[in-house]
Amino acid sequence: MRIIGGKVYDPASGLDGVVKEICIADGRIVAEAAGGRTIDATGMIVFPGGVDVHTHVAGGAINFARAMTPEDHRRTQAFIRTQTGRSGLGGMAPTTFATGYLYAGMGWTTLNEAAVPILSAKHTHEELRDVPIVDKSCLVLMANNEIVLDLLEAGEIERAKQVVAWQIWASKAYGVKAVNPGGVAAWKWGKDAKQLDDPIEGYNKLTPGAIVSGLAQIVEELGLPHPLHLHCNNLGAPGNISTTLETMRRLEGRRAHMAHLQYHAYGGDDWSTMRSETVALAEYFNAHPNMTTDAGAVLFGDTVTITADGPWQHLLYKLTGRKWGNLDVENETGCGIVPYTYRPSNLVNAVQWAAGLELLLLIDDPWRVFLSTDHPNGACFWRYPEIIQLLMCADFRRDCIAKLSPQALQRITLPELDREYTLYEIATITSAGPARALGLPQKGQLGVGADADLVIYEEEADIARMFGHPRYVIKGGEIVIEDGEIRATPHGREFLVQPGYDETIEGFLRPLFEDCYTMSFENYPVELERIEQPEIRDCIAVE
Amino acid sequence: MSILTLTLKDQLAVPLEAEALSPDALGHLSLDEVRAVPLYLGKRRRRIDELFDVAGQPGDELHLRGDLHRVKWIGRGMTRGRITVDGNVGMHLGAHMKGGEIEVRGDAGDWIGAEMTGGFIRVRGNAGGQAGAAYRGSMAGMRNGTIIIEGSAGLEIGMRMRRGTIVIGGPAKDFAGLQMKGGTIVLLRGAEIRTGAWMVRGTIISLAPLPLLPTFAFACSQNPVFLNLYAKRLKAWGISLPYAPHEGCYDCYSGDASAPGKGELLVWRPA
Repeated sequence: MRIIGGKVYDPASGLDGVVKEICIADGRIVAEAAGGRTIDATGMIVFPGGVDVHTHVAGGAINFARAMTPEDHRRTQAFIRTQTGRSGLGGMAPTTFATGYLYAGMGWTTLNEAAVPILSAKHTHEELRDVPIVDKSCLVLMANNEIVLDLLEAGEIERAKQVVAWQIWASKAYGVKAVNPGGVAAWKWGKDAKQLDDPIEGYNKLTPGAIVSGLAQIVEELGLPHPLHLHCNNLGAPGNISTTLETMRRLEGRRAHMAHLQYHAYGGDDWSTMRSETVALAEYFNAHPNMTTDAGAVLFGDTVTITADGPWQHLLYKLTGRKWGNLDVENETGCGIVPYTYRPSNLVNAVQWAAGLELLLLIDDPWRVFLSTDHPNGACFWRYPEIIQLLMCADFRRDCIAKLSPQALQRITLPELDREYTLYEIATITSAGPARALGLPQKGQLGVGADADLVIYEEEADIARMFGHPRYVIKGGEIVIEDGEIRATPHGREFLVQPGYDETIEGFLRPLFEDCYTMSFENYPVELERIEQPEIRDCIAVE
Repeated sequence: MSILTLTLKDQLAVPLEAEALSPDALGHLSLDEVRAVPLYLGKRRRRIDELFDVAGQPGDELHLRGDLHRVKWIGRGMTRGRITVDGNVGMHLGAHMKGGEIEVRGDAGDWIGAEMTGGFIRVRGNAGGQAGAAYRGSMAGMRNGTIIIEGSAGLEIGMRMRRGTIVIGGPAKDFAGLQMKGGTIVLLRGAEIRTGAWMVRGTIISLAPLPLLPTFAFACSQNPVFLNLYAKRLKAWGISLPYAPHEGCYDCYSGDASAPGKGELLVWRPA
């Protein structure tokens, strides 16, 4: 296949709107190709396929959210079964097949499920198998795993490393996620752990700070391609900027990905004085190249919030009085689900909306800040084109800001920001940057040898429409979307890592399982055969 | 006025999905176009004239005849006009309706007027449960409008309703006004257990004694002035609501404290 005449935006190769021919053979970008279809992309723009570094699309939590929101199923977009596509529903928590169609439908071809307990990893992989077209990876939850926490408390960092490595492979994950370190373990006692030096209920000397630095060290020593993926303590609370900055200080010298930073960027003492503190946060972030982040941007409208941060979800339920689901995942983590509506008239929501955009605009290096809504928490992923429009059009942004209350305007910085993203920068934050952060060199780029995942947009003034309705989406060299129609639904691959570990660690883990878990040790790990098209990535060599 | 009359030809063995049976969907069509409108009988697509004898002239009034107890969604989302039914009707009658009027000279199934935002439904016979209720998962049931059921009613009448009026002439079953958020339910012959459970606002008036939940506290005995207005309104529909002090008074209970809520239950005590 050849694509001719299109303006190519490929930040990994430094191509900024250069008209260039792209050739595809055997699912990869090649220097030359003979025969096959030729797509005339004259007047169109060509991007590498989008990469979502942080989303929640499969597993127990999102499935709970689907079950909890039948009202959304009745009003949402329905996918009717066709010769190429399966049936499903869109909406706040799309069903598995619809998730694949919706992601591919706007040009995203790789996604990273950001929170998987080992106990529900089989379920998650079964669902990921049913998300067509896109390639996938997932991160395993570790920061409240009681076996790991016990070892960290005892100072047995080497054994903790062996356990983490075993658990990554047992869950067939790609990396490690830390959610509210220690806070979810404390939630089992009805408590939380908001500050890094707070004691954790149920432990003698372990603190969230020790978990953060311990896990960051372990991830680095294991050489995982993606650094520790961290959801900080004290999410969503006024004044949490101090916790976030302190967490970043503890991580100095180590790589880390700060998840949905918008939710950790607030000043003020309580809900009535809450304000955006993105300027201070971005200033610190800009000066510390060891970190990447995704915005966790918020858009106004209905959604459903899901997170392993059980105590926060209980607070959100108390604040809103809406439905609340809670899952306690044995010795590993927790989970909470609360449907939520972000309203521009709500002062807190207005600050959240602005803070997400501010971070994207204030962080200088687009290679380190990525587009996300922490789907479905800030907004559903299929609303990404709306955020792109807000980033690219300062006038449109001002029109939206004008709808906020005067009180909200006093608490945000967004009205002072005139920056407009270029197409090159959009390609960076949606594709090239997240692919690099995930350690997937064949993704997010259009150089020779890369996976032939790309998207062709017809250039038009309406940015949101342009990014929401690509003319062509090509995945693995196959046209999957053409003129808004699904043409093919190939299975995606799943990326895994197999960090090395001492196999005698199973002798340590087995009795703990037999004492504490409701399932047998033999049934715990996910079999490799359960993964659709697994691709085991190499770990980084560590000296 | 133009009246379109549809008479069911044969008894239905499976449910008929009939949201197209409303003045909004049929009123602007020609008679031939009406005959060709598709309906789903179970999973099979059928034309209206395969199931109904079609007569009259399409317009703002639709007249349905026959035993329609397996016909669902009649008048769904209607905004105008009038539907009269000579016979029984199935579930979801007038669900999501915004305006207009429906009269059933027979019995009705569950979920009549569910999540309606306006309009008027009158059932001369009995009705099933969940009249004016919220569908599963929704935050609010009926938001406005009126439902009058002259006979008995089933479970969860007015569940999560936010505004509007429901009048039940016969006895109602359990959980009338479940999680009610506003509006008024009038129970002319009382209800079974757990009336007003988890209600946070709104008014339930009962002319017969009710088995009350322990989470409702007695507040006072009174003859609220606002009932004069209600009585006049209900009188126009042929329903008598006592309010004069010489006839008796209402025992007022507030709750449901387990929500906690500020709803009120008014139970009539004759003099």
